[in-house]
Formats: sequence, C-alpha cells, structure tokens
Amino acid sequence: MISQSQRNPSATAPFTRLKVRPASLAIHLFLIIGALTMVGPFIWMILTSFKSFTEATHVPPVFLPAVPEWSNYSEVFSSLPFFNFYVNTIVMALGRVVGVLFFCSMMAYALARIEFPGRNLIFLLVLSVFMVPGQVLLIPQYLLMSQLGWLNSLQALIAPGLFSAFGTFQLRQYFLSLPKELEEAARLDGANHFQIYWRIMLPLVKSGLLALAILKILWSWNELLWPLIVNNSPDKLTLSAGLAFLQDEFTTNYPQMMAGATLAILPMIVMFAVLQRYFIEGIAISGSKGG
Amino acid sequence: MSLQPISRRHRLQTDIRTRFRFKRSLSKSDLFWAYIMVAPNLLGLLIFYIWPIFQNFYFSFTTWGDFGKSAWSGLDNYKNLFSDPEVLHATQNTFAYAVMTIPVSMAISLVVAAFLNQKIRGIGLYRALYFLPMVTIPAAVAMMWRWLFNGDYGLLNYLLSLVSLGPVRWLSDDTALYAVVLVGIWSSIGFNMIILLAGLQTIPTVYYEAASLDGAGATQRFFRITMPLLSPTVFFLTIVSLINGLQVFDQIFLMIKPKSTAIENTQSLVYLFYKTAFIDGDKGYGAAIVTLLFVIILAITMVQLWFQKKWVHYD
Repeated sequence: MISQSQRNPSATAPFTRLKVRPASLAIHLFLIIGALTMVGPFIWMILTSFKSFTEATHVPPVFLPAVPEWSNYSEVFSSLPFFNFYVNTIVMALGRVVGVLFFCSMMAYALARIEFPGRNLIFLLVLSVFMVPGQVLLIPQYLLMSQLGWLNSLQALIAPGLFSAFGTFQLRQYFLSLPKELEEAARLDGANHFQIYWRIMLPLVKSGLLALAILKILWSWNELLWPLIVNNSPDKLTLSAGLAFLQDEFTTNYPQMMAGATLAILPMIVMFAVLQRYFIEGIAISGSKGG
Repeated sequence: MSLQPISRRHRLQTDIRTRFRFKRSLSKSDLFWAYIMVAPNLLGLLIFYIWPIFQNFYFSFTTWGDFGKSAWSGLDNYKNLFSDPEVLHATQNTFAYAVMTIPVSMAISLVVAAFLNQKIRGIGLYRALYFLPMVTIPAAVAMMWRWLFNGDYGLLNYLLSLVSLGPVRWLSDDTALYAVVLVGIWSSIGFNMIILLAGLQTIPTVYYEAASLDGAGATQRFFRITMPLLSPTVFFLTIVSLINGLQVFDQIFLMIKPKSTAIENTQSLVYLFYKTAFIDGDKGYGAAIVTLLFVIILAITMVQLWFQKKWVHYD
C-alpha cells in the first residue's frame, strides 16, 4: 500500500520516479473526488441560498443564479427570531465554557495534585458519568428544570453543561503531566493550593483549557436534543433547534432555508478555519463527536 | 520555564523528600482547599449527572398519568417493552443504521487516511475539507441533504437522470433508512479519518522498509504490518462509533417528517424515547426505553472488550 520510493524520495532513481508520478496522481484524483463529495453539498447549499425560487426549482437545475438574491438572507431575519437564535447560542456556549473551564480545572487540579481522602472515590464518580449515554439523564434533567421554573430560559440551556466529567478527566491529564518541583517553591513561600492552582498551574495548562473551550463551544453550537426539550418558545431557541423549526415553517421555500442554514454554520466554519489544529486535536483526544 | 533533566540520584532524593513531607504537610489548609476546589463540580455532577441515573432507573418502574403524576407500576413498563412491536422495530432500525454506517465509513476513512499518510501535497487542505461536516450543525446537514434528495428538484436525481436512472424517492418508506445511512457515512468520515491517520503515523517507517527489502508486496505489507499495528486504533474507533451510532437521533429527527410513513422504518431507539417521553409525555415508558438502550450499549461494549484479545495487537 505504501511504496518505499515515495517514503524515501532522496533514494529514488529516475526509474522509480517515473513509477511514483502516476501513483500520486491517482491518489490526488481519489482525494479530490472525495473532497468534492464532502464539500459539494455545502456549495450547492450556498448556491441555492442566492437563487430565486424559480431558479432553485428549475429542471434541469440552474447552477449559478442570474442575480444573487440577497433578500433570501434578510428574509430569514424578518420571518424568524434568527437574531435571538444567535444570541441564545452564543450565551449558551460561552456560559458553559466559563463554567467548565473554572469548575473542571479546579476539580482536575485537586484530583491530580492533592492526595486527600476520598480522592479515588470522586474520580470513580467522574468516570462513571462517562459510561452512561446522555439520553439516560434527559428526563430527570428536564424535570429539574421544570421544578426550578427554568423551562424556556437561558439558564436551562446553560445549566447542566456548566459541569463536565469529560472536561475534568481531560484537564486532570494535563495537571498530572506537570512536574512536582513546580509547586515546591511556592509551598515553601507559604502559598495555599488555590494560589498554586491559580497562579502557577493554570497558566501552564493553557493549551488544554483552549482545546476544552473549543470543544465545548462546538458541542454547544451543534447540540440539538437538549435545547429542543427544555425550550419551545421561538425566541428562546438556539440555532441548532431553531433551524429544525425553520425547516418546518418554510417547507418549500428552499432558497430561504439554505440561507438560514448557511448563516447558522458560518461562525463555526470561520472558527474552524482559524483554529483548525485545536479543533482536530481536541476531537481526536476526546474521541467523541458530542456530549 | 526550563526543565533541566534531573539526575537520577537527585530525583530519588526529591522523591523521598516530597513523600516524607507530603505526609507531614497534608495540613488542615490543604484538606480545606482540596474539598473547596472539588466541591462546585462535584455538586454539579451529582445533581445533573449522577443522581439522574438513579432517578431515571426509578422512573422506569413508574407510570405517568395526566398532569405529570406518576405511580409505581413495578415491571409493567418492561413487560410492555418486550412485547411492543414499535420498540422491536426501533431496535432493528438502530442496529441496521450502525451496522451499515460504521464499516463503510471506516473502510473509506482508512483508504483516505492511508493516502494522506503518504506525505503528499495539500494534506492540511484535504484534512480540513473532509472534516467540515463535523463542525456543521446537524440541522444544516439535514437541510442540505434533504435538498439534494428532493424528489422533484434535487441535484441527486438530476445527476442520476444524466445516466438515465431514477428518479429515486430517496426519503420514502423503503429507501429512507439508506438515505439516513448515507448522510451518517458522509458525516463521520472526517472523524474516523483523523483518528486512523493518527494511528498510521505511529507505525515506524522502518517496518515497511524492512518488509520491502524482504520482498513483501504492498498487499502483504498492508495485512502483515499495517493492520496488526493499527488494530488498537480500529478497536478504539469501533467502540466509539458503536456507542455514537446506537445513539443516532439528529439526522432521523431532522430528515424524516414525523407524520410520514417512512418514520416507522427509520426511527431509532433514541427517537422513540424522545417521542414517548417528551411528545407523548409518557416519561415512565420513555425511561424504560432509554434504560434498554443503556443496557444494549453497555453489553455491546463489554462484548467488544472481551473479544479484543482475539484480534487487537498491543506491543
């Protein structure tokens, strides 16, 4: 599958070089077809979002709109509380990020660096949350929100996501990797554990905090089931759940639907383009697409 | 901060020192701070994640009437569960989805990952493009695919018509599940590819060079070197993919209209759980359905852990 000459170009004789080129051409051809399959639906969505209704439903299809219909985009905002969707989604994502970064890193520090009684039990509890599919928790979580009178509110969107077993586990790994000597000096100066955590350790696990924050934002942005369950008034929906409603509302207004979808995914795509490495690493480490 | 390599003797000394001091210095202040720092997240996890596990289990033994009143009903929900054709059908759909999606997606991802592992140009761009569906809101994915699948104006049927095939009613009773599977494969390739590529990159090149010198062909190298050394990665992916795949909900909910007849052939266990608990308000039965899902996932993961000895190679 992997030919030696490609891995070691310095050793290639002219003869093998001739053999390499068609092979890597074929590889590129395969990868480009694959990439088109991945990107094609996005391109078609964006093209449709600029078409008039007649263009979008024309058979055979019209590929480029004669005049870009920007009105599709403005109509998304006028016919739905789309601006609220944005605000709600951002508040939910940022609220969760702040909570998780603070609460998880504190617990992770204590679990990794202080040998207090009950530490193993608490770590076991954290691990046990991993074993359970998230849907198992939905009915009790929903009832709790209802008892607090939080249904249809921003608190409901944020609340359970403020805490995380995954984040604790991930940050614990980062804290464990720091050498013991670091805290010794601070201990001699009489610093307590919170001061050591806040002033010395936290700045050293910045990359871990960033990876966790990005994952949390992505998951919050894309989460569907929880916002769908706790909030049903349109002005309290997130983009993810709001789009589901958009789909029902404009069953046949395809250009407008595509405009809404494009608007909803744009921020994450831009963020992905800028912070690609962290996205990919974070998701690879977490081994999970959501949760 | 530079960390100089510490001599072994020095490290031993510090070890003894810290261990000795540790016992002495786990002061009241240390304990105090440990519990203070653990408390917020522990409380949150207990309230939102751990206590609900038990609550849900309890609810699965209750029946919910009007106005959210519930009463203990013993094993009734479970008795109904095992004689309910809808639950059986949803279980079949869930497994059909996972069994069709995971191997195909992994096979395609493996080929892509192997190609990207050849140090070719543009690897970063390819990786990003294949990864795109992972950062896209599921509802947007569903909308773009429903538009492609559209029976009258969809691009897919147009492309098929060019080779005089179709039109296919993609989201109708017989084909809807395959359409959902197709989208599932499309969405998961990026993730699988990233993990497999990371696995491939840990295989030392010397193995391939040595095998080539011994005259091993590409096929032999793949099956004798790549597959065994990649098996821990494949194993990890299988576990994660099955856990995720058995929880499929988003695409079914978003692509298939609840009133269409295709929903019977596509609804997964999580979809049925959502419908039962939150649309019909039958939280007791819903709790039983999701407990069933939990048991299925747990059992399958256990079986995989058990069987890994047979095929997973660890050095």
